[in-house]
Amino acid sequence: MGTQFWVVQAFNGISYGALLFLVGSGLSLIFGVMRIVNLSHGAYFLWGGYIALSVIGATGSWALSLPVAALAVAAIGVAMERLFLRSDGFARLRTALIAVGLGVLGALALAARWGDVTGGSWAGLVMLAAACAAIAYVLLDRIPVLAVETDVLRQVLLTVGFAFLFQQAALDIWGGNNMDINPPHEMTASIVVGGLYFPLYRVFMIGMAIVIGALLWLVMEKTRMGAAVRATVDDAQMARGVGIDTNRVSMFIFALGAFLAALGGVIGGAFLGIYPGLDFEILPLAFAVVIIGGMGSLGGAAIGALAVGLADNFGKALFPEVSYFTLYAPMVLILAVKPTGLFGRE
Amino acid sequence: MRDTIKILSVVLLLVALLLVVPRSGSFVVLLATRAMCFAILAMSVDLLLGFTGLPSLGQAAYFGVGAYLTAILATRYHIGLGWDFWLVVAAGMLVGAALAALFGLFALRATGVYFLMITLALGQCVWGLAYRWNSLTGGDNGINVGSRPNFGLDLTDETTLFFLVFGFFATSLAALYVLARSPFGRSLEGIRERELRMQILGYNTWLHKYLAFVIAGAFGGLSGVLWAHINGHVSPETVVLTTSVDALLMVVLGGAGTLVGGAIGAGIVFALREYLSTLVPWWQYVLGGVYVLTILYLPTGLMGIPAQIRQFRVADGKGGRSGKVKPLASAPS
Repeated sequence: MGTQFWVVQAFNGISYGALLFLVGSGLSLIFGVMRIVNLSHGAYFLWGGYIALSVIGATGSWALSLPVAALAVAAIGVAMERLFLRSDGFARLRTALIAVGLGVLGALALAARWGDVTGGSWAGLVMLAAACAAIAYVLLDRIPVLAVETDVLRQVLLTVGFAFLFQQAALDIWGGNNMDINPPHEMTASIVVGGLYFPLYRVFMIGMAIVIGALLWLVMEKTRMGAAVRATVDDAQMARGVGIDTNRVSMFIFALGAFLAALGGVIGGAFLGIYPGLDFEILPLAFAVVIIGGMGSLGGAAIGALAVGLADNFGKALFPEVSYFTLYAPMVLILAVKPTGLFGRE
Repeated sequence: MRDTIKILSVVLLLVALLLVVPRSGSFVVLLATRAMCFAILAMSVDLLLGFTGLPSLGQAAYFGVGAYLTAILATRYHIGLGWDFWLVVAAGMLVGAALAALFGLFALRATGVYFLMITLALGQCVWGLAYRWNSLTGGDNGINVGSRPNFGLDLTDETTLFFLVFGFFATSLAALYVLARSPFGRSLEGIRERELRMQILGYNTWLHKYLAFVIAGAFGGLSGVLWAHINGHVSPETVVLTTSVDALLMVVLGGAGTLVGGAIGAGIVFALREYLSTLVPWWQYVLGGVYVLTILYLPTGLMGIPAQIRQFRVADGKGGRSGKVKPLASAPS
């Protein structure tokens, strides 16, 4: 184990940390602004990768898949936040959406159990689904929905429910095979420095994280929206008091968080692969980033991501048998000593 | 009086379960056995969430150590396959309690959302060891437990196993009920409602929460021991984050703070999962749907429906629809 080992492992750790920064920074901002523990963040990552695969399949352009996947997932994230994580507004749309979902599932279940109810035709199935949805809507509309904002546990379970829905939908749309996102040919080369090979793609990942980190920092520090976000993280009630539309801030942050996670999915898909179950593998790592760095802090997320990336790589190389333990045990210690994370604000 | 009626109806339900299930075919027997095993885990979560107000996202850790202990003892040392099965049960509970005693020292420093996070991290620590410590746990492949214990009762017979797990389930339910109704359980509820007031009254609230955490760990270990023999295979999948989350959902679905609610939730989740997965490939939509519907429409769970209807009628009479329900875990300030 000479210098070579340390340099290569450190490089791999840093590039993995760059990927984790993309996932973790969004999660951290969402928690900081909305106090929502979003367990469907891993699903955003997975969906980013899958949508990119579809875009690449259709157009052949990897560069195009980055913004398309990220924007599409951001839209999904905003829809989820507006419809389900906020109690105000969109109540009817939410009820209608749930009713349609129930109707489709109910019709499919009835058709699977007793095939003859639909006459085996699509029209019959659609009519059955519509009838089920109508009944569900009428029933659900009578039940008052209680706000989830004040209840951490209910928020967590709600986002878990969505994580399962996203997981199953991804399985239905893209199948269960392990797929790879192939970056452009030029990026598969390596840079040789002092006899050591550094894959160009990992260099690109580090560069990308630095650029995005810098952009995020500029947005947070230099724009009006960024100031509103920081104010909301510090004290949401006070921010509302001075006229900041925290409702809009939270929508913006949720979109941004989903956008970054999906971007991570596209970029990470090239070296992790994209497969069912990846969402719940990346999620605890993202939480480790957030907790070590401190929730709601951008700089903290960067340092947390670097720490997790390095700990993961050196842990796997040096003590493979306890490698994940060496990752999560520090997370426990930090939470026990300073629950708000190393760089979190009180 | 009302308590007597409640206890009687639960006992009647249990007797009905005991009479109906063994005659309903092997599928139902297996399903009920699995559900009752998870019901013990769910009730241990309920002791924390429903009675003490601590939402644990890492209960699979204790479940996991119980299961791994059983599997390792059985395959390496051939312990626990005869009458010494009872020793393994005791050991599983002890290990679960010991791990909880260690983890509780860290976890109870945090409150609210940070408690969720720290229990998640603790659970991931155990998962990481199960996944990576190949020489002990078999890594990703896990451990095949092999034959089931035979100590006069032959547990390879599914119906005998059902009766045994039923015994453990009913005993756990009774024990936890007695515990919850004891002065200790009442003080836990006091802590859930208003910890500061309990402190002012002179209660050592930390010790109360710590003991609840340890007891919950012991029951988690017990359900793990049973699971190792029911499932016949222990792997990192057993300790994975979603197991902890499932246990939480079962409690919330049934109704937190009722004990029976967790058992009912376990029954429903298992029935949906096992039955639907034989019928259609997309059963996970239903599970996700159950999460979303429960959270939005049943904040107090199935056991809370009567109260919810009553409240709804009162609110409706006044022309308003907004019922007010206490949060399960309060948001951080």
